[in-house]
Amino acid sequence: MMMMHRWRRSGDFIRSACKSLSSFRQKHNSMSPSVTGFMNRYESKVNTFEPNAWSHQYRSFGSSSSSSALKVKRNPLFSSLESKDVSFFKEILGERNVVEDEERLEIANTDWMKKYKGCSKLMLLPKNTEEVSQILKYCDSRSLAVVPQGGNTGLVGGSVPVFDEVIINVGLMNKVLSFDEVSGVLVCEAGCILENLATFLDTKGFVMPLDLGAKGSCHIGGNVSTNAGGLRLIRYGSLHGTVLGLEAVKANGNVLDMLGTLRKDNTGYDLKHLFIGSEGSLGIVTKVSILTQPKLSSVNLAFIACKDFLSCQVLNHLDGVRNPVSSSENFYILIETTGSGETYDREKLEAFLLKSLEQGLVSDGVIAQDINQASSFWRIREGITEALQKAGACYKYDLSLPVEEIYNIVNDLRGRLGNLANVMGYGHLGDGNLHLNISAAEYNDKLLGLIEPYVYEWTSKHRGSISAEHGLGVMKANEILYSKSPETVS
Amino acid sequence: MKILVAVKRVVDYAVKIRVKPDKTGVDTQNVKMSMNPFCEIALEESLRIKEAGLAKEVVAVSIGPSQCVDTLRTGLAMGADRGIHVQSDSSFLPLTIAKILKSVADVENPGLVFLGKQAIDDDCNQTGQMVAALLGWPQATFASKVVLDKDKKFATVDREVDGGLETLCVDLPAVITTDLRLNQPRYATLPNIMKAKSKPIKKMTLEDLKVEVKSDIEIVEVTEPPKRKSGVIVSSVDELIDKLKNEAHVI
Ligand SMILES: Cc1cc2nc3c(=O)[nH]c(=O)nc-3n(C[C@H](O)[C@H](O)[C@H](O)COP(=O)(O)OP(=O)(O)OC[C@H]3O[C@@H](n4cnc5c(N)ncnc54)[C@H](O)[C@@H]3O)c2cc1C
Repeated sequence: MMMMHRWRRSGDFIRSACKSLSSFRQKHNSMSPSVTGFMNRYESKVNTFEPNAWSHQYRSFGSSSSSSALKVKRNPLFSSLESKDVSFFKEILGERNVVEDEERLEIANTDWMKKYKGCSKLMLLPKNTEEVSQILKYCDSRSLAVVPQGGNTGLVGGSVPVFDEVIINVGLMNKVLSFDEVSGVLVCEAGCILENLATFLDTKGFVMPLDLGAKGSCHIGGNVSTNAGGLRLIRYGSLHGTVLGLEAVKANGNVLDMLGTLRKDNTGYDLKHLFIGSEGSLGIVTKVSILTQPKLSSVNLAFIACKDFLSCQVLNHLDGVRNPVSSSENFYILIETTGSGETYDREKLEAFLLKSLEQGLVSDGVIAQDINQASSFWRIREGITEALQKAGACYKYDLSLPVEEIYNIVNDLRGRLGNLANVMGYGHLGDGNLHLNISAAEYNDKLLGLIEPYVYEWTSKHRGSISAEHGLGVMKANEILYSKSPETVS
Repeated sequence: MKILVAVKRVVDYAVKIRVKPDKTGVDTQNVKMSMNPFCEIALEESLRIKEAGLAKEVVAVSIGPSQCVDTLRTGLAMGADRGIHVQSDSSFLPLTIAKILKSVADVENPGLVFLGKQAIDDDCNQTGQMVAALLGWPQATFASKVVLDKDKKFATVDREVDGGLETLCVDLPAVITTDLRLNQPRYATLPNIMKAKSKPIKKMTLEDLKVEVKSDIEIVEVTEPPKRKSGVIVSSVDELIDKLKNEAHVI
């Protein structure tokens, strides 16, 4: 049996990882042996905790750089793909939806950042829940490992195979099943692209409760599976609040119908919550029912600059954007307000900003005067991820921190890394979510050694979370104990 | 020298237009309205001329219902010195607007009148030309570059014409209408939004301006363009040939 390794761009450094949380490869039940393995690996470390430090929720695992030292081997319990498997899949899905084409597989095997790469030989495109169920049942009986994939925009290496798992992509399951114009409840298949749902809702006068830079590609099923936060969290809350129901298929092929559309339902355990943010480790999400919001007629957007914040230099990598403010400041904030009375809403935002200007909290800023201007401000915010990708290698950390700490880690790292790399922080100020990005010419071990586990320890020390909204994926599956106690993990 | 800029309040460029069910026009209820993008360019150019020390004052004028004040506020926040709001609740066709603007120009005596080459709602592309004719001034339309001589006696204007550029020299006072590539309008900054709050907007009525409104054009009907049928995916070449032959009748 071939053993594959996950590679990073640096080439010389092979990091293989356990994809315990992002693909389920278990034979008998959905708490897979890989999850157990995942915990076993931590045992020794857990024992080294100082009790005091622990009570402060501060976890330090020493400098062995847990993230890179761990080599994950392909679990020999899993079988390898054979031609009879492919024939079976063709029988249930039809030739066209069983993908063996090398070019298409190359794309499906590679993550958005081009940082993680698997070597799956097969991608399956089911058209309905029944097909998903049949696929999983078969894979279960044959001990074939699988990885669910949505729009493949995840930033933690969770959506691509670690080894040769069969990729199951629900992209063909892209129908809106129902929409209730009174309650705003949308029921759709998991493969619906977020932006298409937004466009659909727009014609009905509604908006999705979440929005993110990857909207043109990411699936609602992927959003649910990563518990994506995004740009409207402050306004509409997290998916744990807005997702009303799910349908999911477990690893053994059993379909779990949790597709309620009720706002309130206290009949026992609310299992859907386990699936929200489970990154495909419990099953494949096939349908989603979600509460959408009436579209408010007035949207006001301000792009403001403050004296002490991050640099916008990465924006040089985006075509057709310009700095909305003439001065170059350290920090920029984008504020969007929505309401139903345009003049009133605008006056309120203006009054707030002008007061901040008078008090010296804000040094400059612009307010969008039309939708075009608003889009160009959003383009800057949403383009940061893309710009960083174009800028070269990028180490990304998605941290939740107390808001007052959010920037200290950026300064800390700048000091620590000196001119080895460009350290940038952006994110969602309102919900204490920092996207810490370390941009360098290329990936290299020395740099990584300086960053990890330092960043995780720093976060743990400040009682933060090492994954605010992107999930653990392959990147951070092994680091979960920085943010969760061993009792909760086991 | 004073520059007069006409700014029109239109349905925002990014909004999907919906025709009213009774086909009398476009639905503007609860729709985001903004300054016509070509007017924004006209205002930007006026501000640049002023900043180059070639004009003393930029006056923005908007004709329409009371919400036009919002559009004027945007203009003031971009940098115009004051606004004139000609109040009227009916919607006018270009000739009436041109007459109103002429009257405003008679009162204000600007050295230049800037307009957008067209408004994105009705796409008439007539107002600037008519204003020039009514005033008896030279006109330079579709400007993609404007240079004033330092004595402010004439303006050299590049116009985008089929297959190239035409360069005109017009004596001032003149009317200039702006094309898309003339400049990139600035954003309204907080300090300027603050300053704009204390800039005056003068209200005028059609009576003040002694413009008699009579409509000689009647809009019969407004309809949406025919919907494009969505495509179909054919499963084989044979099916394609069959469809081309028997459905489309093209082969
Ligand atoms: C430009 C850009 C901006 C982003 N901005 C944000 C942001 O603001 N906020 C934020 O939270 N995230 C953001 N992200 C990352 C975010 O996690 C993903 O974009 C999105 O939520 C993932 O959806 P996807 O369909 O692409 O899933 P994928 O990347 O395909 O998969 C992500 C994970 O979910 C699993 N999965 C996917 N579909 C299913 C399914 N149907 N059933 C079970 N498991 C499934 C996969 O196995 C994988 O573990 C951004 C990404 C990019 C590229």
